[in-house]
Amino acid sequence: MVKEFRQAKWSEPLIFEIGREGRIGHMVPTPSEEVREVVGEVEKLIPEVLRRKREPELPEVSEVEVVQHYTRLSQMNYGVDTGFYPLGSCTMKYNPRVNEELASMDEVAWIHPYQDESTVQGALELMYRLEKWLAEITGMHRFTLQPAAGAHGEYVGVQIIRAYHKYNGELGKRDEIIIPDSAHGTNPASAAMAGFKVIVVPSNEDGCVDIDALKAAVSERTAGLMLTNPNTLGIFEEKIGEIARIVHDAGGLLYYDGANLNAIVGKVRPGDMGFDIVHLNLHKTFSTPHGGGGPGAGPVGVTKELEKFLPVPLVEYDGEKYYLDWDRPYSIGKVKGFYGNFNVLVKAFAYILALGEKGLKTAAEISVLNTNYIVKKLGKVRGFELPYGKGKPRKHECVFSASPMKRDTKVKALDVAKRLLDFGIHAPTMYFPLIVHEALMIEPTETATKEQLDEFIEALSRISEEAYNNPEVVLSAPHNTSVTRLDEAMAARPKTLFLTWKMYLEKVGEK
Amino acid sequence: MCLLEEQAHPYIPNSPKNIRDDLLKEIGINSTDELYSDIPKELFNKKELKLPCAHSEYEVFKEVRNVLKKNKTVLDMPTFLGAGVWPHYVPAAVKAIISRGEFLTSYTPYQAEISQGMLQALFEYQSLMAELLEMPVVNASMYDWANALGEAALMAKRLTKKDVFLVPRIIHPERLSTLKTYAEPANIKVVQIEFNKDNGQLDLNDLESKLNEFRGNVAGVYIENPSYLGFLETHVDKISNMTHENEALFVVGVDPVSLGVIRPPGDYDADIVVGEGQPLGNPLNFGGPLLGIFATKDDMKFIRQIPGRLIGMTRSEDGKYRGFVMTLQTREQHIRRERATSNICSNEALCAVAAAIYLSLLGKRGIVELGKTILYNSHYAMKKLNDIDGVKAPYFNAPHFKEFLAMFHREGIGVEDIHKGLLSRGIHGGKIVKKEFPEFGESMLFCVTEIHTKRDIDMLALVIREIIEGGG
Repeated sequence: MVKEFRQAKWSEPLIFEIGREGRIGHMVPTPSEEVREVVGEVEKLIPEVLRRKREPELPEVSEVEVVQHYTRLSQMNYGVDTGFYPLGSCTMKYNPRVNEELASMDEVAWIHPYQDESTVQGALELMYRLEKWLAEITGMHRFTLQPAAGAHGEYVGVQIIRAYHKYNGELGKRDEIIIPDSAHGTNPASAAMAGFKVIVVPSNEDGCVDIDALKAAVSERTAGLMLTNPNTLGIFEEKIGEIARIVHDAGGLLYYDGANLNAIVGKVRPGDMGFDIVHLNLHKTFSTPHGGGGPGAGPVGVTKELEKFLPVPLVEYDGEKYYLDWDRPYSIGKVKGFYGNFNVLVKAFAYILALGEKGLKTAAEISVLNTNYIVKKLGKVRGFELPYGKGKPRKHECVFSASPMKRDTKVKALDVAKRLLDFGIHAPTMYFPLIVHEALMIEPTETATKEQLDEFIEALSRISEEAYNNPEVVLSAPHNTSVTRLDEAMAARPKTLFLTWKMYLEKVGEK
Repeated sequence: MCLLEEQAHPYIPNSPKNIRDDLLKEIGINSTDELYSDIPKELFNKKELKLPCAHSEYEVFKEVRNVLKKNKTVLDMPTFLGAGVWPHYVPAAVKAIISRGEFLTSYTPYQAEISQGMLQALFEYQSLMAELLEMPVVNASMYDWANALGEAALMAKRLTKKDVFLVPRIIHPERLSTLKTYAEPANIKVVQIEFNKDNGQLDLNDLESKLNEFRGNVAGVYIENPSYLGFLETHVDKISNMTHENEALFVVGVDPVSLGVIRPPGDYDADIVVGEGQPLGNPLNFGGPLLGIFATKDDMKFIRQIPGRLIGMTRSEDGKYRGFVMTLQTREQHIRRERATSNICSNEALCAVAAAIYLSLLGKRGIVELGKTILYNSHYAMKKLNDIDGVKAPYFNAPHFKEFLAMFHREGIGVEDIHKGLLSRGIHGGKIVKKEFPEFGESMLFCVTEIHTKRDIDMLALVIREIIEGGG
């Protein structure tokens, strides 16, 4: 049964509006008398010109107030722990709690990256073993664990494409990266950031790469192709073998955007499809939490030929001990400090250990099963249609269009998304991929229950009924969330652009 | 013990055979294999992958713990390492709040109405950090200081259309390497400025000559305060003026924990501020996740070029509620694609929330107190080490905050001897910087914060004295 939802509606002030002069929320250690005596007047240690004169206008609140404030804020937020989160392309699967417990151990939190290697053998071993597993899962030769996010991994991947062509003396010539029109926005942005021109190839009626268009797009200027498979429509690019041949024959490299790996993990490997470079989102397929927008982790795997270009350092094992190898002369260098988001790596390690080979496969199969269940059920609901790839099974996600509903009732995909929130269900990704009008991109993952899937379908059926009979309730949604629909235009207008509390006070003239 | 193949898995609610069969029946198929029928047969894994088998939660718990227990922590041995990630205490309240599932397991707040908690917390982060830096605009985070610096160079080029980026020679090597990775494809030339041998300060004559050499072509001048080697850069106003006279942008890197006692970069006219927010409520975590700070001026020309997420305050359409949304998204990759200001999508949001909670807890007085404690402790350590015959600490004749370079100049005693000697007695010294900066001889970069006790520091000095007097 679909349930009306009631989110917490605290009228919670900003932290700056709470507290009283003189309160403190945390006591820091104070140095002993002897230390004070030896050092003398601390003020004199900073020359006049560098001393802070104005106190920072931070709040004065007690620990109690801080905990209550942020607890209330958390109650006005929605996570996988709260309920169903079918946000397409984001793989919002359950984040196992044991992983959190392990990643918060002192042996994770309180180790420094520059400690003597003899004192961090556990950390290095974990990275070494995780790298091996990821290589095995993807069919790649080596991985770097350094990138902090998926887009960061893409950037590393495109930099490796760049390094490869530079090594072959072809960088000046090969300045184009080919990207399908259904790709994630990060793909073209990453390619451009690494200095490439972006060539967009259209999708065919199946939602897959148009082979003729690809043949026309490749040339001696092609540096590579960025592709996700299954693609953002949740359709497997069947002709991947041919695509790989076309790109390789033209002298380009194939880059795999791992955002959609969940559908095939443990079953089919990007390396076997012909990809040369792969990034994975540990915060998608490998269950690490998204934290409201990070931290994630975006390891990048490459073929043997490309290993030498990976960022420094890599973890090696000499049969007795693990160590960091910095001596890699062809490396693209570093893309961030240290070795990656270690704390996230620990969670992914624990996840792979919990599922094992069979469990990963089961996860893939059930995620696909759940998606196709939605396809079957939602296909019967008035106002929604499933464009592209008619009759083809979907993989990790499916993209419905609310175009019929918009045409009949003026209710848009956005309104459907907002109304879903009223039933305590997070909305699908909206208006993406760009090749689907009024897109609702739905990814249930394997961690949804059948009951949740049924509730989701029921909610959408009800919204459909409302759209055709009582559209106002949908058009004015959400009603049950902490706030009603927000004025995004106001937030972006220079006169009412408030990016900080101080900016607000200055522009509005309160205080 | 490997779990049986047919067993239901606790993370996969529809894994039991009866439920799976229900779903298959509803779809009208016999097996999930049919859902993969479009994938060419030759692509499926033929061999079993070399992966572990499934384990129970207890087995996972035990195995991962066993691996990690091979580490020795900073709590097990007094450790004096900093150099880009620093040991500071993380209050229990910070950990408790960011472990709440509503925050931890949420995605980027695309659906604002159901995500007000995260949005308000990030808006507070932007506001609190803005106060600390005295910079009006702060984004909702970058990956880390190094990545923020790379993005700052790109932003400076976009704004000025110039392509030389001047940086100090005393800079963290990993930061420099990251900067170069980002700069190279954008055709930005990174040029280093010399330093004064006695006090480490940026060599203003060399700055002037580089500004002249690349006249009209300098996009930005970058300094760090405190510097990589711990000393403070005192000529900030002069450098700021020289930069602006050359119509370049002044980019400053900071350690936010210093800003209770040290002048904020907004006060000396920084155009872009970057830095590492890890000290504010985030643990060491072997170097990640970290928290890249990115701030700029209140000028639409600058704001439109900033990378990353920005949270804005607004009202509900009916005017009833205050609310928060992601704003100016047309700068970002999901809308602007190859013309976006950056490719960044996932960032370090939860680390930013930790920083917001931390700054709220410390408040306006706590951040000053913390700065003072660090100054006391680090200077006490400098004095104790400098008292040892054969040690010069600090190496540079300049003011310092929490880190300092110490040089070991007793004949026959190498910095590795010091390191090994300390380690064998249960103390971890600082970072050896001999390879990065051979001109400073047998030198080590020490970091001392509020977590170091007088006893820790006394032990450090005592053991170093023993090592030197014992001849290594």
